[in-house]
Amino acid sequence: MKTHLLLATALTAVLGTAPAFAQDRLLNVSYDVARELFEALNPAFAAHWQETTGRTVTIDQSHGGSSAQARAILEGLPADVVTFNQETDIDVLANGGLVDANWRDALPNGASPWYSLPAFLVREGNPKGIEDWDDLAREGVEPVFPNPKTSGNARYTYLAAYAYALGSNGGDQAAAQTFVGQILANVPVFDTGGRAATQTFAERGIGDVLVTFEAETAGIAESYADQGFVRVTPSSSLFAAFPVALVSENATRNGSTEVANAYLEWLYSPEAQQIAAEYHYRVNDADVAAAFADSLPAVNLQTVDEVFGGWANINAEHLAEGAILDQVFVNR
Amino acid sequence: MIAHAKPIRRKNVLPGLSLSLGTTLLYVALIVMLPVVALVLKGASIGPDRFWTIMTSPRTLAAFKITLIAASVATVINALYGLLMAWVLVRYEFPGKRILDALMDVPFALPTAVAGLSLTALFSANGWFGGLLDAMGIQVVYTLWGIIIAMTFTSIPFVVRTVQPVLEDLDPGLEQAAVTLGASPFTVFRRIILPAILPAWLAGATVSFARSLGEFGAVVFIAGNIPMKTEIASLLAFIRLAEYDYNGAAVIALALLVIALVLLVVSNLLQAWASRYREATR
Repeated sequence: MKTHLLLATALTAVLGTAPAFAQDRLLNVSYDVARELFEALNPAFAAHWQETTGRTVTIDQSHGGSSAQARAILEGLPADVVTFNQETDIDVLANGGLVDANWRDALPNGASPWYSLPAFLVREGNPKGIEDWDDLAREGVEPVFPNPKTSGNARYTYLAAYAYALGSNGGDQAAAQTFVGQILANVPVFDTGGRAATQTFAERGIGDVLVTFEAETAGIAESYADQGFVRVTPSSSLFAAFPVALVSENATRNGSTEVANAYLEWLYSPEAQQIAAEYHYRVNDADVAAAFADSLPAVNLQTVDEVFGGWANINAEHLAEGAILDQVFVNR
Repeated sequence: MIAHAKPIRRKNVLPGLSLSLGTTLLYVALIVMLPVVALVLKGASIGPDRFWTIMTSPRTLAAFKITLIAASVATVINALYGLLMAWVLVRYEFPGKRILDALMDVPFALPTAVAGLSLTALFSANGWFGGLLDAMGIQVVYTLWGIIIAMTFTSIPFVVRTVQPVLEDLDPGLEQAAVTLGASPFTVFRRIILPAILPAWLAGATVSFARSLGEFGAVVFIAGNIPMKTEIASLLAFIRLAEYDYNGAAVIALALLVIALVLLVVSNLLQAWASRYREATR
C-alpha cells in the first residue's frame, strides 16, 4: 500500500499533473540569436507567474538553428513552446501534428509578438559607402551573411534582396535572380548560422557589410563598441516575423498547457514588449514602440505575403532543392 | 557409473565466455550496428533511381570531390609527419618528451568545433599565421587549404598512435646488425624498418583518411562553405537535413558510411598483415 502511494506520488510528480507539489516547467525551444532576449524575458515571466498564481516556474531554453530545432522537436525534443524566426519551421511542426494547424490565429499579429527586418552593419566610417541593397551587388563589396540553406536569418536576407530587386525593376523575375546571384557571388564565406557570421565579420575582419536582423546589428554594434561599426537601414526591407506557438501535443503530455499559454500571451504584455524593445526588436505595443522610435529608423517594409504570396510559395519556388535559390546559389 | 572428470578450463577474470561475449555483442549491436542498419534501411527505402539522381547531381559530386581531395592531401601530410613524430617519440630521449607524447592526443580530446574556431582565428588575415601568409598573397581560410588544415589537425594522432607501438617493438639489434654488415642508413630504413612498420603505417593512414572524410565541426568553420567550391560532403548532408530533405541527407551519409566501412576493412586487413609480419620476424 505504502509503496503504491509512493509510486503514485512519484508518477504524478514526474508527469507534472499535480501542480500543488510539482513545479511548473517549460521548455522554450528557440532560434540561435534569441538567447540573450529570452534570458532577459524568462525571469520577468517567472516573477509575473509567481505574482498572479503563486506558483513558481522553471523555464529551460534550447537554442540552435531554427530548422534544426524544428527537426529535433519532430524527433522528440519535448518543447512546450517554440519561439522561432521562421514561420515555415512552425508549419513543419503543424504538418507533423505537434502544433495546431491554425497557430497563426491563436495569438495577435499572426502569433508574432515582435518583428524585425534584414538590415546592414558596416565598418567604421562606412568606407565603401554602403547604403542600400544595390551596393551589395557592386563589384568589390563583400557582404557577409550565413548560408541561406542552413539559416533562417539568411533566408530573409535573400528574400529581402529579391523583393528589393523586384520593387526597383518593375517586377522582372529574371533580373531579380541575376541581382541576388550577384550578391551571393560577392559573399566570401557562408557560415552555418547567424552567430558564426557575426564572428567572421567582427572577429576575423572579413567582409564590408554584415547582413542580419536589425535587432542583431544593434546588439553587435553595442558589443563591439570599440570597432565603431555603423548600422545602416536599407530603403526597403522585408517584415521578419518572429512567430511563437504552443506545441500542444507536448504541452498536453507535460501538463504545461496552462503555463505555456500564459507565457506566450505574456510576451504581448507591455513589460515583455519593453524588454524586447531594449533588445532592439520592433514591437507592436504602441506606447513602447513610440518610446523607442528614435533608435529605429522608418523603413519601407513589405511582407512575405505581399511580395511572394506566402511561405508555401517561397518554399516551392525558391527554397526547395533545385529551385531558384539553388540555381543562383550554386551557379554563383 | 563413472563420473566424468570435468575438462580443465582456464580461469578467466570475467565470468564465462557466453556472458561476457553476449554482453559485448549486445552492446555493439545496440550502440554501433543499430544506427548503421537504420541508415542503410533509410538509404535502401529511397529506391535506386532517386538514389542515383541524388548521388550524381553536380553539387553532390562536387562536395565528394572536394572532400576526397582534401582528405587525401591531409592523409599524405599526416602519413609523413606522423611517421616522423612516432620515430622521434620512440627513438630519442629529450626533455619534454612525455609532454610531446601527451600533446599528440589533444586533437582526440578537443571538441572539433573548438579546433575549427581556433584554426580559423589563427589562419584568418588578422591571425598570427594568416597575417604572414596574407602578406605573401596566400589565403588559407575559406579555401581548400583551410579544409586540408582542419582535417590534418583532427586526424594526425591516428598515424602516430598506430606506428608508435610497432616501432617500439622493433629490435634495434637488427639495425645494428645491418650496419655492421655495411648497410647504408637508407638501406637500413628500406630493408629493415620500412617493411616492419609499413602495414601499421598504411593502416594508420587509412583510418586517418576515414576520419577526415567524415570531419564536420572543424571544417565548417574554416571552409567558407561555398557550394561547388568549399562545401564538404558532411555539410551537404547537414544542409539537406535543414531543408527537411531526409532522403538527400541519407544518401550522402550512406555514401560516406560505405567509404568509411571499406576503409576500415582495408585497415583491419593491413593490421592483420602487420601482426603476422611481427610474429614471423620474432
